[in-house]
Amino acid sequence: MLSGNEAVARGAWEAGVQVASAYPGTPSTEILENFALFPGIYAEWATNEKVAVDVAVGAAYAGKRALAAMKHVGLNVAADSFMYASMTGMEAGLVIVSADDPAMHSSQNEQDNRTFAKFARVPCLEPSDSQEAKDFTVAAFDLSERFDAPVLLRLTTRICHSMSAVELGERPELPAEAKPFPRNPAKYVMVPGNAVKRHPIIEERIRRIAEYAEESPLNRVEMRGRALGIITSGVSYQYAREVFPDASILKLGMSWPLPEKRIRQFAASVERLIVLEELDPFIEEGVKLMGIACEGKSIFPLTGEFDPFVVRSSAVRAGLLPASVMEAAAAPEVGPLPARPPVLCPGCPHRPTFYVLNKLKVPVNGDIGCYTLGLIPPLSAIHTCGCMGAGIAVAHGAAQAGSPEKHVAVIGDSTFFHTGVPALINVAYNRAPVVTVILDNRITGMTGHQQNPGTGETLLGKEAPVIALEPLVRACGIQHVRTLSALDVDEIEKTLKEYVKLDEPSALIVQEPCALLPEARRKWTPLEVIADKCNGCTLCFRIGCPAILKSEELDEKTGRPKALIDASLCTGCEVCAQICPRDAITFRPDSVFVEKSR
Amino acid sequence: MKNVINFLLCGVGGQGTVLASDVLVNVGLAAGLDAKQAEVHGMSQRGGSVISYVRWGREVHAPIIGQGEADLLLAFEKLEALRNLGFLRPGGVAVINNQAIIPLTVTTGGQKYPADEEIRAAFAAVTPHVRFVDGERIAEELGNLRVANVVLLGALSALLEGHPALEGAALTAETWMRVIEERVPAKYLEVNRRAFEEGRRAGGSE
Ligand SMILES: Cc1ncc(C[n+]2csc(CCOP(=O)(O)OP(=O)(O)O)c2C)c(N)n1
Ligand code: SF4
Ligand code: SF4
Repeated sequence: MLSGNEAVARGAWEAGVQVASAYPGTPSTEILENFALFPGIYAEWATNEKVAVDVAVGAAYAGKRALAAMKHVGLNVAADSFMYASMTGMEAGLVIVSADDPAMHSSQNEQDNRTFAKFARVPCLEPSDSQEAKDFTVAAFDLSERFDAPVLLRLTTRICHSMSAVELGERPELPAEAKPFPRNPAKYVMVPGNAVKRHPIIEERIRRIAEYAEESPLNRVEMRGRALGIITSGVSYQYAREVFPDASILKLGMSWPLPEKRIRQFAASVERLIVLEELDPFIEEGVKLMGIACEGKSIFPLTGEFDPFVVRSSAVRAGLLPASVMEAAAAPEVGPLPARPPVLCPGCPHRPTFYVLNKLKVPVNGDIGCYTLGLIPPLSAIHTCGCMGAGIAVAHGAAQAGSPEKHVAVIGDSTFFHTGVPALINVAYNRAPVVTVILDNRITGMTGHQQNPGTGETLLGKEAPVIALEPLVRACGIQHVRTLSALDVDEIEKTLKEYVKLDEPSALIVQEPCALLPEARRKWTPLEVIADKCNGCTLCFRIGCPAILKSEELDEKTGRPKALIDASLCTGCEVCAQICPRDAITFRPDSVFVEKSR
Repeated sequence: MKNVINFLLCGVGGQGTVLASDVLVNVGLAAGLDAKQAEVHGMSQRGGSVISYVRWGREVHAPIIGQGEADLLLAFEKLEALRNLGFLRPGGVAVINNQAIIPLTVTTGGQKYPADEEIRAAFAAVTPHVRFVDGERIAEELGNLRVANVVLLGALSALLEGHPALEGAALTAETWMRVIEERVPAKYLEVNRRAFEEGRRAGGSE
């Protein structure tokens, strides 16, 4: 049993990959985490996806098979590199893995990256389960070398994070010796004079790959009934099998370039032709451009992900299936239920900053990470968030536009290394009085605790130099810089009040390990509410800690419920204790804040 | 198509649904069936609602299921049980952990956590086969709160006995225990074994 991500890692191993680079991102993260477990390979967390692709390109130029993995939006960041890699080709196989997230389980947008393959004139492979995830990874490397083109391996959440059985293969013997690095400027130096000659070559290349697609075993026809024919790829193939057991299927393991002859033959052999694919009508448009009649998005949704119910009910509506195939599934009437959005964990070091920002009522330009959850009430202190690295420059733009309030940008440590640095240099260079808060929780939290340049350790578990934030921020040209404990509510408030008054750029670095890291867990000490002292003022509810509940006990005078701390959830971060005006919450025995808040 | 059994597991991020669905899919495999499992990582694991899907059968295609397609609903938390009731096939089986985890929208947002009667009534309209299990209480009696998820798996295993789609499958209590053993540290083996047994008892008694 392997997840799709584990299977890709295994496939890379069996393909003889020697170098892999990635920036974490759901649903792709486990690919590199698993590849890193194999012996004798090199794997790393790059600072961002563009860097990851360049690293993989460099390795492939040097004659070693290489892989870069990312979530769908990562390919936006890496697009520039992806495009030149298509132009140059390489000395050894190069596979770029894009894990798309239909339904946005963990993403800021929904985008169909098959379009990138078409855009860059490279093939796109789409596995339908874990076995294919492994096999197609191996096939992608062969294809890449055969045609001297990078290959896009496109996964989706339901491939990455679903488990199914896989038969394993072996890793081939690899030549020990490194080849000399190529000196071939006509191929590898993309100045206009060379690039002009390369462009027709890659157009010819994609034409040859389309020819290969006609015979490739990656594509296959499964003939059953002739009444309905379905062209499909990726996980949608599974829904086609499940919902239309009698239909014939043209399964495209390679969804770009399209095998025109095979599609024509298939179309001619069935009475009604449909295309079943999640997100964009990518194959559908290709088929229609061939002048072949088919239906797709007129039947199935353009947004979100499929499941058997969605596919079946769409098919019934379009008259493809009789209404009787729907099980009696009248969804029972359940009134509106309290939502349960993800929230900052109990003890999260991001909480005090947002508590203070909420008090200061300033506009906050956010970024992507656990700290985006500072948006959730009652903290409600993030007002924009678009993509990684955007917050600082958005704040700068608003300030330059004369926005009447001081803008605060908040950004996590990993995000700062990813794309925050150029934006901060821009603030310093073009001078806007933006306050940047770097939330340094000593790890890449959101994606499940990956190391980053600030943590002192690499993906392979080796010690690394810690890239210290304060000197880096100063080197970016920011003069007002302070580093504080992320849990020190008063100092954060004082500093931010001071910084929002400045007419120059400033940066506050707040530091404290993520509450879920082992070093933090070891120190968990639940606190208690002293019921006699609590008068139900509700102030501590305003920090939005899931460990603070309303007690059954009401205060005699105010009639309001007293606070109660769930000892099984509380970490003892003391944020509630610091803000309680009646000293009704105990501090830790080893508290560093108790004196200050007296 | 009725050769397939669909499970839907739901709960709150951090409750151990991940381990439970990992056990479940591997039990299916150990019983000689085709099996698939799907879940979502990332954002939703920060204390939000989580679901995962497990499917067993002679041949399983789709990794996930849709509305009204779950034969068994295994809920680790009561509000999440109610939220996912729509997945349950009419007449299906629900195993619900008798635990309430109060979301912030109730603590600070003024919303109301549904009463037990409301939850029971909603389920009763869909199926008579609903079993509430005191996962946390049993786990606490065994001295380790973290085995509540294994208690629930025990209950589920009892309720699966005699399921028509399992005819001919090599599935016994031993199959379950073997899979669980492979996934827990040796020093917690005994407490997990007892949790599973207690769960089986809780699931077996009508
Ligand atoms: C271009 C891009 N790559 C990756 C991601 C996935 N992603 C979202 S947040 C995040 C990490 C954030 O880490 P950090 O900035 O340290 O904040 P934390 O989660 O630790 O609070 C990642 C990798 C993304 N959304 N966009
Ligand atoms: S994982 Fe860490 S950084 Fe993320 S919300 Fe939880 S405590 Fe905060
Ligand atoms: S100390 Fe207070 S704020 Fe911190 S985790 Fe415990 S209850 Fe929550």
